[in-house]
Amino acid sequence: MKIYVPRDAAAKALGADAVAAAIETEARRRALDVTVIRNGSRGMIWLEPLVEVETPAGRMAFGPLCVKDVAELFAAGWLEDHPKALGLTADLPWLRGQTRLTFARVGVIDPLNLADFRAHGGMAGLERAVAMTGAGIVEEVTKSGLRGRGGAGFPTGIKWKTVHDAPGAQKYIVANADEGDSGTFADRMLMEGDPFTLIEGMVIAGLAVGATKGFIYSRSEYPDANVVMTEAIRIARAEGMLGQSVLGSGRAFELELRVGAGAYVCGEETALLNSLEGKRGTVRAKPPLPALQGFMGQPTVVNNVISLATVPVILAKGAEHYAAFGLGRSRGTIPLQIAGNVKHGGLYEIAFGLTLHQIVNEIGGGTASGRPVKAVQVGGPLGAYLAPHQFETPFGYEEYSGQNALIGHAGLTVFDDSADMLKLARFAMEFCAIESCGKCTPCRIGAVRGMETLDRIGRGDAAAIPLLTDLCDTMKAGSLCALGGFTPYPVMSALTHFPDDFAAHAKEAAE
Amino acid sequence: MLDETAVSARVEDIIAAHLGMEGPLLPILHAVQLEYGHVPQAALPQIAAALMLTRAEVHGVMSFYHDFRTEPAGRHVMKLCRAESCQSVGADRVADHARAQLGVDWHETTADGRVTLEPVFCLGLCACGPAAMVDGRVVGRVDEARLDQLIAEVRR
Repeated sequence: MKIYVPRDAAAKALGADAVAAAIETEARRRALDVTVIRNGSRGMIWLEPLVEVETPAGRMAFGPLCVKDVAELFAAGWLEDHPKALGLTADLPWLRGQTRLTFARVGVIDPLNLADFRAHGGMAGLERAVAMTGAGIVEEVTKSGLRGRGGAGFPTGIKWKTVHDAPGAQKYIVANADEGDSGTFADRMLMEGDPFTLIEGMVIAGLAVGATKGFIYSRSEYPDANVVMTEAIRIARAEGMLGQSVLGSGRAFELELRVGAGAYVCGEETALLNSLEGKRGTVRAKPPLPALQGFMGQPTVVNNVISLATVPVILAKGAEHYAAFGLGRSRGTIPLQIAGNVKHGGLYEIAFGLTLHQIVNEIGGGTASGRPVKAVQVGGPLGAYLAPHQFETPFGYEEYSGQNALIGHAGLTVFDDSADMLKLARFAMEFCAIESCGKCTPCRIGAVRGMETLDRIGRGDAAAIPLLTDLCDTMKAGSLCALGGFTPYPVMSALTHFPDDFAAHAKEAAE
Repeated sequence: MLDETAVSARVEDIIAAHLGMEGPLLPILHAVQLEYGHVPQAALPQIAAALMLTRAEVHGVMSFYHDFRTEPAGRHVMKLCRAESCQSVGADRVADHARAQLGVDWHETTADGRVTLEPVFCLGLCACGPAAMVDGRVVGRVDEARLDQLIAEVRR
């Protein structure tokens, strides 16, 4: 009997380790032959720990489980009439509605079993890539329409072409796994649930541009992901997926995991490169582009984890297959991360184009508190707050730009009507002040002035509102990177769409 | 007090193990902190000399990152997420409760040296917040009652 208990950090945070231990203890007590497999999460975080039992009809889901359910479930024979039984996993509406390309194997396979990875379609992309020229791979990725999933949305194939064409004795591939945005956890789930896919994507990128060395820059806040990733790299090396001759092709690729040290700004690609080099994580002015002068001054591809992890399926199924999904210039699928005050939170991969209403109210089921949705912050701490009158905006890069918003890394944080938008605007400035690298003045000083100005507004000084608008213009136009440049998005969207939260304080002060 | 000769010998080993890396400074600082719970001041000139940097440069790097400590933390480190997703489900309230119960503010250690309280900005547990991390172990849906349990565990 095979029982799947996720090892994903969200499942662990809700008690999965204790449930797994209880299952093993109970199986031993009953002298049953049970194999516990620690898979990734299926993405239905509200049902974690979600335990699956293999049956002739398919995997049967039970959740959310706690330790005291375990003995009872064994006694009852893990049957579908148990109150915690959810039915066949594959039939759950949350999974049926998705198009899982990047996350096809997450939650399905044992993340550290390379044979399981292959059996579920893994390695097919790399096997095709080793027989192609670098230029051929770049062409395929370009045709797929894949754009940077970290937030900037730059076409991945074009970035790769720049590195491919650049002269350089040593080129590098860097996976940006510094997923610091609140509301996002796709990188973490992928690294914990299907780490070989990221490795496969990085090796393909290396073959494409002629790089033989890669780094994954992860976070110290992700200890569980780092354990899985370290072990996956070791296995990949032992099995010839990495090393002097990738899959016997005669072409080399080596990979190293590096862990940051709690600096949010290192998610910005040039700060990340400085950090990798062992320097302070300050932002570099562009140009030169990292594609030409990146790590150690050499041509470097810096891509988000999800961008790189999407490359294998593009190679395996073809660029046309991937590009057939999506909307406008946003091709393919996007792993939405539905978070915050939401009833059904988790990861939902689907083609671009859903409206926020569909995502939050239909898929997410509205707020967890049961109160009305007031705002949704899309794209992390540098993303705008969208108000209900904008909820018909389809999910796409250009569509969100049109709303003075951004999709970022596709994290969505839901707030109910108890949210104080002035307080959240102040938090955005505070966060920018704490995390600013200090290199450019608009961000370093502007964020502090922003906090002070919002405090004035909070004390009822309405004259400070135009000052805040002006400051945001300066930060947006004058900052070196997205930290200072995008902090105005949450601040100005809060001010624009929820003026009452700012005026209320002025009114109170006047009375 | 740490024995300076022993620290020097151990730091030398750590440096030697990382010297072949490209950009070894952060991995070295992480390794030293893993060993001692902080980065002893005495290690800085040694690291600087090995990497052909000035002591000021090493200090500059170390002080840039929130993770590196100049002093040891309490026996247990409790990190509470303060980011937006956790705020949307009551993280501010839980944080106030934690500070009151422990009698410390952010970055401080309880008088008995048992618990250090730290803010963290996102543990990637945004669909099961408020989130916490206690000695590297993740905890989700931390309300006041759950926090009291966690505090009781680390005070034991």
